[in-house]
Order: sequence, then C-alpha cells, then structure tokens
Amino acid sequence: MATKNIMIVGVGGQGTLLTSRILGGITMNAGYDVKLSEVHGMAQRGGSVVTFVRYGDKVTEPIVEVGQVDVLIAFERLEAMRYSHFLKKTGILIVNNQRIDPMPVVIGNAVYPENIIEDLKKEHKVLSVDAMDEAKKLGNTKVFNIIVLGIAAAHMDFTKEDWLTVIENTVPTKTIDINKKAFLIGYEMHQ
Amino acid sequence: MLYKMYNYHIVSRVKRKERKEESNMQKREIMLGNEAIARGAYEAGVKVSAAYPGTPSTEISENIVKYKEIYSEWSPNEKVAMEVAIGASISGVRALASMKHVGVNVASDPLFTISYAGVNGGLVLVAADDPGLYSSQNEQDTRMVARAAQVPVLEPSDSEEAKEFVKFAFDMSEKYDTPVIVRTTTRLSHSQGMVNLNDRIEVEDKPYVRNPEKNVMMPGNAKVRHLVVEARTKQMIEESSTFPINRIEYNDKKIGVITSGIPYQYVKEALPEVSVLKLGVVNPLPRKLIEEFATSVENLYIVEELDPVIEEQVKSWGIKAVGKEILTVQGEYSANLLRKAIKKEKVEIKQAAQVPNRPPILCPGCPHRSVFSVLKKLGIHAAGDIGCYTLGAVAPLNVVDTTVCMGASISTLHGMEKAKGKEYIKNWVAVIGDSTFMHTGINSLINMVYNKGTGTVMILDNSTTGMTGHQDHAATGKTLMGEDTIAINIPDLCRSIGIKNVIEVNAFDTNALEGIVKEEVAKDELSVIIAKAPCVLLTKKLSKTQCKVVSMKCKKCGMCLKPGCPAITRKEDGVTVINDTMCNGCNLCFEKCKFGAIEKVER
Repeated sequence: MATKNIMIVGVGGQGTLLTSRILGGITMNAGYDVKLSEVHGMAQRGGSVVTFVRYGDKVTEPIVEVGQVDVLIAFERLEAMRYSHFLKKTGILIVNNQRIDPMPVVIGNAVYPENIIEDLKKEHKVLSVDAMDEAKKLGNTKVFNIIVLGIAAAHMDFTKEDWLTVIENTVPTKTIDINKKAFLIGYEMHQ
Repeated sequence: MLYKMYNYHIVSRVKRKERKEESNMQKREIMLGNEAIARGAYEAGVKVSAAYPGTPSTEISENIVKYKEIYSEWSPNEKVAMEVAIGASISGVRALASMKHVGVNVASDPLFTISYAGVNGGLVLVAADDPGLYSSQNEQDTRMVARAAQVPVLEPSDSEEAKEFVKFAFDMSEKYDTPVIVRTTTRLSHSQGMVNLNDRIEVEDKPYVRNPEKNVMMPGNAKVRHLVVEARTKQMIEESSTFPINRIEYNDKKIGVITSGIPYQYVKEALPEVSVLKLGVVNPLPRKLIEEFATSVENLYIVEELDPVIEEQVKSWGIKAVGKEILTVQGEYSANLLRKAIKKEKVEIKQAAQVPNRPPILCPGCPHRSVFSVLKKLGIHAAGDIGCYTLGAVAPLNVVDTTVCMGASISTLHGMEKAKGKEYIKNWVAVIGDSTFMHTGINSLINMVYNKGTGTVMILDNSTTGMTGHQDHAATGKTLMGEDTIAINIPDLCRSIGIKNVIEVNAFDTNALEGIVKEEVAKDELSVIIAKAPCVLLTKKLSKTQCKVVSMKCKKCGMCLKPGCPAITRKEDGVTVINDTMCNGCNLCFEKCKFGAIEKVER
C-alpha cells in the first residue's frame, strides 16, 4: 500500500499527542509500518503544534510535506487555515470549529480571519464540527479531540471496533468510557 | 508558612508503570526515538543512568526509569550527570548519560578528559541536537564537539536503529576503551517508529583495578593517554570501514549520496534510485569505505543537517563532492529540499495562507505571568534565563531583556553592575526558575556574594522543571525513581551563603510582590526574592473559582489584557470575554480591573 499521510494540527495543550498515539496504535495493529512525528518543549506552550502520522508497507521520512496530506485533523480553525496547503487535492480536512485567539490577535497586532471554514470549503473537502459544544454535553470538555478524531476515523480504513480497542488501550483507565462515547459521537456524526 | 500553602510534595510526577519483562523475542512495539534509546540501554545491560532534562532528550530518562534493573537519576546539571556516569563506568558497570546539545557544553569538561582516560564498564553519552531550534537557544552540532574531544559518534536514523546503536555503542566503548556519543536529533527523538524488542544482556561487572596511569589525569599521565587516544582514533578509522552499521546501498551509480541519521530517510524518500553510503559512525569517518564509494559513483553528494562535518573531511582527502554549496547549514532537511537541490526538480509548493502567527505563550494561570505583570508595571528590566519564563520576553509582557544559557541571568546582572555601577541596575532584576537555579544559578549567586554584588535575584519557584514537562529536581523532595528525599530548601541555601535579604512571597500576591521588589532593588545589598507558586500544570486540579467578565460593567479599557493571558480576548464590540475552558482562576485579571467588571464565579 502506498504510504498514507495524516496530519494533526492545533494549539499546544489541545491533546495532539494523545490523538497521534491512538493513530499510531491502530495503524500498527493493522500490521502497517508506521512513523509519527511529534512536538514537545517550548512550542507546546500554547503555540502552533503539528504532528505527523505516516503508515504503509514501508515508511521512510517521518514528516509529511506540503501537498501530501490525506487527512488533516485540525483542532482549531485558524490552525486549519495555516496548514491547509499541506492537503492533497483529494485530501479531507476535519476541523473543530473553535476560535482560539493567538497572542498577536489578543493584543491587537493582528486580526483573526473571518469566514475561515467557508474559504476552506472553496478549495477542499471540509467536515466541520463544534466539538467543544459536543464535549460539554458529555460533561468533559477535554474529550473534544476524540470527537474530532471520531469524524476522521469514519474516513479511514479501520473498523469501529478496532478504534474502540485502541482507545481502550491508550487512554487512562478512568477515562475509557467517556473517550469511547466521545469517539462514537464523532464517528457517527457525518454518516 | 509558604510551604504549607501548597501541597508541594504530594503530587506524583512520574507515572511509573514498571515494565514486566518476560521473553521479548519477536515482540514489536511502536516507540518514540527516546523511548527506543532507553530500551537500548536496558537491553545493553546498563546499570546506571544520569541526566538533566532538556528538550529533545528528556524522555530518555523518563523511559529508563521504567526499567527496575537500572538505577536512574536526575542530576542537578549535565556536568554532574556525566561525572556520575563516569564514576559508574570506572567502577565497572555500563553507564549512560543523556542530555540536549547545549547540555553537552556544560558536560564538556569531564567529557574531554574522560576521552583520554577511557572506560572500564562501557560509557555512552546520548546527545540530542535540535536542528530547526524547536526548543533551544542555538543550533550547534554535537559532532563538532565530539571531533574536538576525539570521541566516536554514532548516528541512528529511526527508532529501531536508535535502540540497536545504543547497544553497539556500549560494545564499541569497551572494545576501544573510549566513551561513545550517540547523537540524536529532535526529529528522531520525537518520532515514533517500529522497534523489535530483545532480551536484556546481563553484562558482568568488570573488576575494578587501581590504575592511576589511566584514571588520574594529571599532566604526566595525560601526556601518555593523549598518544593512546591518537592511536585509538587511527585504529577506529581503519576498522570502522567494516562495521555493519556503515553500509553501501548500490543502485544507479550516476548519483551517490553519503548521509547519516534522519537525513538518510529524506534521501530514501526523495532519491530512491540513487546509490547511498549510509554512515552509522560519523566520527571518526571510515575513510576506506568512503573512498571506495566515491570512486564507484559519478557524482558524489553529501547530505548532512547542520555543519559540514563529513563534507569538510571528505573534501580534505581530495575527493570531489557537493554539499553545502547547494544545501543549507540551517534547520531541518526534507525530501522536497533534496528533490529541488539535487534532482533540480521544480517542486511546486503551494504557499501557506497568510494568517496571524501563534507563538508559544505562558499558560493561563501561570505564576510567572503574575510576577512579570508586576515587573512590567514597575518598569523593571529582567536578565532572563532558560525555562518557560523566557516567554516573559515576548509581547505583551516584554520584561525579559536577555537570555543566554542556564544560570546566566544572575551572572549577567552581576556583570552589568560591575561595568556600570550599582545605580545602573536599580531597575533590573535577574529572574531564574527553581530547577535552573539548582542547575548552575547557585554558582552565579555564590559569585555575587563573594564579589559584593548588590543586585536583586528573583527565583521563580514553581517547584518543578516546567518547560520540559515536569521533572523533579534537588529542591522538590522526590527523585526520578519516585523516592522521597531531602528537598533542598532554597531560602535556607541562599541564607547559608551569607545573603541577609531572602524574602519569600506568594507569586500570585501582586500587592506584596510589588512592595517587596521596590524595596529590594532600592537597597545597596544583594537580595533574593523567592516568588513561589506551583506550575499550574503540575497540580492538575481545577481551580474552585474562575473569572468572568460582566459585560455591562466592562469599560473596554483593556487593562485585563495587559498580562497577556490567552484566556482573555476582546469581542467584536470591544468588551472582553474570558474563555471558561481555559481560565484557571488565578485572579490576575480580577485584580487588574478597576471597574469591578470581572468577578469570581464558582466553577
């Protein structure tokens, strides 16, 4: 199989690492070669963070380059816009329709763009979700990222059961149930 | 009193799941490069590991601690860590030290001399470089340091190799009687890939035999050892041409590429059709093998991130090759970069959308923000240091003026005073974190006492090593292995070296802080202000209250925005709003608002 490229973008602290671990787990369980590349350290402190996941028969470079992404998972809409040029023409963008103002916007040195989702839809296949609202309904805003992952999962080649098994093995024991619920909300949302 | 305010030592910081090792034959796991390095140390029979946290090396120790067969510790700095590993090696066991590239500078004193003395049990230093400066103050290349120290360097290119090269490094260390560096980079350390697990090799301790000619590096002995080092390097140059970790992959011979480490992956991605000499040992270079490869290919390229270490040596042997003429010395490489530079392909790269930057910032509820908001109000400059609080340099805080290296805040402030006089630094302080203070800040403070400095030093004590992800240190009361230990008392330590003015204050008590800072900087005496409050990510407990803007009362003055809290933004009508999923209830904005428009609400 040709190498598939997933990219997860967001704001430091939004849980990109957990999401990438789940993706790593499911692709490995399916018998693929897999490489993930993460961001740690200073960039994580509320900055723009990027994680790559590549899987296939044999994966060489651990990064994904511009124009090569099959599935782009964005936890914040400005970050979706920042990295949308990484998408392939046939790629799909899953975006959490949340706005987090970066510091230049907060202090008035820059303007947060309007109509991001609409603009992205002109060029790409976009599935958008207010995952924060959905997560609030579940009673734990932290699992919003798993809702977003659920939407992406519905567009990948693994079964629902496979995903749930990996989630069970990856997240802390106490949070297994709520993470599974969150995943299913996303998984069934656009079907 | 302050110690009672927070549960400083009850938080369990290291999630320790002891690994149950049965037989690992045929087992595969997906592992972070750093996790694989730790696994390599385990399989190689390592018994002692010492380190100081630093991105991108930190997870090596955080994974080593999961193996109960290895004693592991956080040392206060990299020099100490290196020396702990050296001691373990002298006593006859396999030992590992790990650190980031700039940590190697701190450890370079013992490193350069243990190169002369050599080892008893195998001794490996893992050095993690940071091309692209994801979380560092410079982009130095450890291979240059290693060349100067005459220490061999191995460079793996994925997680599996990271594990295997660590094992190879220990064999090499004992065979050639030398410390060995395993060089990783951010991209390798923080990438996950498949790893085949093997069982641990139980290495017998080497007997310790007193041998001052080898282990006491005074001039007469070191002179002799220098010759030993030269002979050792020569022998390694001869023999490394047949090492299995240096290998030629012949393909189309029109183009040949010499590469190593992560750039090997970019070469395979961009140029799968070319011949490749993949070096596992990058110092000293296997000359015979390189010459053989160079004569077999028509056009030779050298692909290495950062400095032209391989290239300059290869060219000095009269071999024609192309390297930094077309490839940068800065940042990370990629397959596209090689397609453009070597294949001269026109790679159409779509431009990124023009959107506002999102630089890293202090977290909502961070105690550093509180301290910086006070310094900003008072118009005080800060000589800064390495840690999250370096972010006090960026807008809107703009308080930190300088950052050089670990511990430098205190000594640079002292240097300013000696240059310009004590009046000059009346609107300056040094700011340094607790972990950085224990690292090397204490030395600089001793210097200030000794040489009659009158500056004000602020220790921002958040009771952890924050930036690297919450590691314990000598003042937290817990070891890396999770044991209780003496928590070195920072105020007492400062008093014990003769400082009279040692003041502790809650970092969130801005009124008290303001008064104390004003008073201490005015004094013609050295003062240490310890601003305490645990890192907001450390406690993991949600605050009981949060702040909320009462829109009707908001005068849109923007005072609450001044400390630069990411939880507060302006709505389109100019009224501010606080994001309730981000606010940690630190009350800094509450205190800033003069109109009572921000109130505390139950979560």
